[in-house]
Amino acid sequence: MQSWLYILLFMIVAVIIPFAAILIARILGPRKPNPIKQSTYECGMETVGDSWVQFKAQYYVFALIFLVFDVETVFLFPWAISINALPMFAVVEGAVFILILVAGLVFTWRKGMLEWN
Amino acid sequence: MTALQIIFLLAAAVILISAVMVTATRNMVHAALWLIATLFGVAVIFAVLEAGFLAVVQVVVYIGAIAIMFIFAVMLTRREMLDKGPQMNKRAWLAGILCVVIFASLIYMLSSWVGFNQIPLLVGNADTLTLLGQSLLLPSAYLLPFEVASVLLLAALVGAVYVASNRKQEEK
Amino acid sequence: MQDPIGNLYNWLMGWLVSWGVDQAISNILLSLVGIVILVTIAMVLDVFLVWIERKVVARFQDRLGPNRIGPWGIFQPFADIIKLLIKEDTTPNGADVFVFNLAPILSLASVLLLWAVLPIAEVVFGVDLNVALLYIVAAGAIGTLSVIMAGWSSNNKFALVGAYRMVANMISYEIPMVVILLIPAILTGSMSMLTISQSQEQYWFVLVVPLAALVFLISAIAELGRSPFDLNEGESEIVSGFHIEYSGMKFGLFYAGELLHAFTFGAFISILFFGGYNGPGVTQMPVLGVFYFFIKAMIGYWIIMWVKYTVPRIRIDHMLYFNWKFLVPFSISILVMTAVMHKSLSGYETPVYVGGMLAANLVLGWITIEILRAQARKQRKMDDPNSRVVAELTH
Repeated sequence: MQSWLYILLFMIVAVIIPFAAILIARILGPRKPNPIKQSTYECGMETVGDSWVQFKAQYYVFALIFLVFDVETVFLFPWAISINALPMFAVVEGAVFILILVAGLVFTWRKGMLEWN
Repeated sequence: MTALQIIFLLAAAVILISAVMVTATRNMVHAALWLIATLFGVAVIFAVLEAGFLAVVQVVVYIGAIAIMFIFAVMLTRREMLDKGPQMNKRAWLAGILCVVIFASLIYMLSSWVGFNQIPLLVGNADTLTLLGQSLLLPSAYLLPFEVASVLLLAALVGAVYVASNRKQEEK
Repeated sequence: MQDPIGNLYNWLMGWLVSWGVDQAISNILLSLVGIVILVTIAMVLDVFLVWIERKVVARFQDRLGPNRIGPWGIFQPFADIIKLLIKEDTTPNGADVFVFNLAPILSLASVLLLWAVLPIAEVVFGVDLNVALLYIVAAGAIGTLSVIMAGWSSNNKFALVGAYRMVANMISYEIPMVVILLIPAILTGSMSMLTISQSQEQYWFVLVVPLAALVFLISAIAELGRSPFDLNEGESEIVSGFHIEYSGMKFGLFYAGELLHAFTFGAFISILFFGGYNGPGVTQMPVLGVFYFFIKAMIGYWIIMWVKYTVPRIRIDHMLYFNWKFLVPFSISILVMTAVMHKSLSGYETPVYVGGMLAANLVLGWITIEILRAQARKQRKMDDPNSRVVAELTH
């Protein structure tokens, strides 16, 4: 609990310092808004069309695959720590866990979900 | 008022307010950001309860993967980022009364529980991590759920790939 | 001299308690003082990193770099900071003001949070968290979030595309990084950075798992968003990516955050694989560890800079293929091999152990190279217009 309290204090300080920097910049800097300065940037021209691009569905697929592997690695952390205390079959169990998900990765690969087009 | 209670009350306030804002805000991406605040509050409560591993797992998996997927999903649907108008309808007062009734009955039910008035005794977090690992791997403990979890993840991956590949066929 | 920070802390505690301040409150106060000092050190280091970066890139490009302000241009970063502070703080039209301002704050905060768990010496560290390895990944997740917030709230096409690519990059390369983070956890049986540094007193982990160190270096460079993986910042491609609409100090915070993040990753590589604060003479005088730590972190940072200024940029689809088709299977095979070899060899004495693990790494590396060469040969045969096989296929 002691160490987590320290982390909480650290978080508060870590947010205050950049906030203070921005505040100082806001105080010291000039404030002359004009519409040309505040228009969005598009290589020096007027913006064409809506400022929203079609979101490629491929990004979502990568996020899904990432999620599955992320949860897998989180399960593997307790395994990794207790390998030293347990006999060899613990390693085999972990290897089985990993191999099931590698099979999933191979399936995804063969289905062409990892292609970017 | 111990430090435990103060931090718990602050975290609970953050969670509740952010949760209400998730449903009440007009902009979908803002709703996703309020959800992130809620999940962060839950991580703080895990840390207060000496479950440090679960607190970081909450941030890594929920905020670092699931919340990002929510934001990607919101951006995938067209025009969903614009304002949609007020989120309350005419019967909001009825829902409010229902919530208060449910809350009051839950408090009444819990008040007969022995832990209602006590501050929980927290386990020192010296070796809980190794214990967690051992309990996941020993056949006498939770080995089968550990392996079944990987099969579940495989099923999720296969399902996602199937749905995504169907959509790609449609686009072609 | 054995434990200067601890002694100072105890003396100050005694002083505050004798003044009548409550024990818990003085604890919090002293922690706060320690945190402010640590964050100040990180920020001052950041300022010097700007100078180092500019001088080193200049030398790589056969020119001098800043040399007007102060001896060797050492006051150049201060001039930069003053310039950034007095620039106007514009917000583009239609931008979401709260999120727009929050993004650079979260970006720098996520890097500063990493400094809480770094063991700078055996007695100098913020806090010895028992889940430090996952904490690092969690702080990285907050960084990823800040990128998406920046890109979305800028109301600009280029910023949005840049943010999508950067986030796809960061989340993809997080998998090999987290898988490799499991390896020091296996070798030590603990997720705490201090314990990992302490168990490298006899031999550094790079001797035992060199392949893991290499994969960690590659995924760290990709995670930082630095060249050769800096698609989001390609000036010639999408004009600075998600920081287009940021100017003045907000841009300064993103830039400073990126440099400090690179240095912090250099520090991680040195802690996880190169012994951290260990070096000759550290057991007698622990404070010497600070010196070794910074030297090793600086060498790690220099290697990251070296890669940045030498190698050209990689295309986004090559980047993602490289990750999902090569790095993820490779890092998983390193993990399984390390677990198996560590468990089988852990009973023997040190030279047998180190030799055995090193041999296993070399065998795995050789097998990987052979597989890659076979693939390259197949690819070359497919691309070769004179090849008989291709001629047969096309008729």
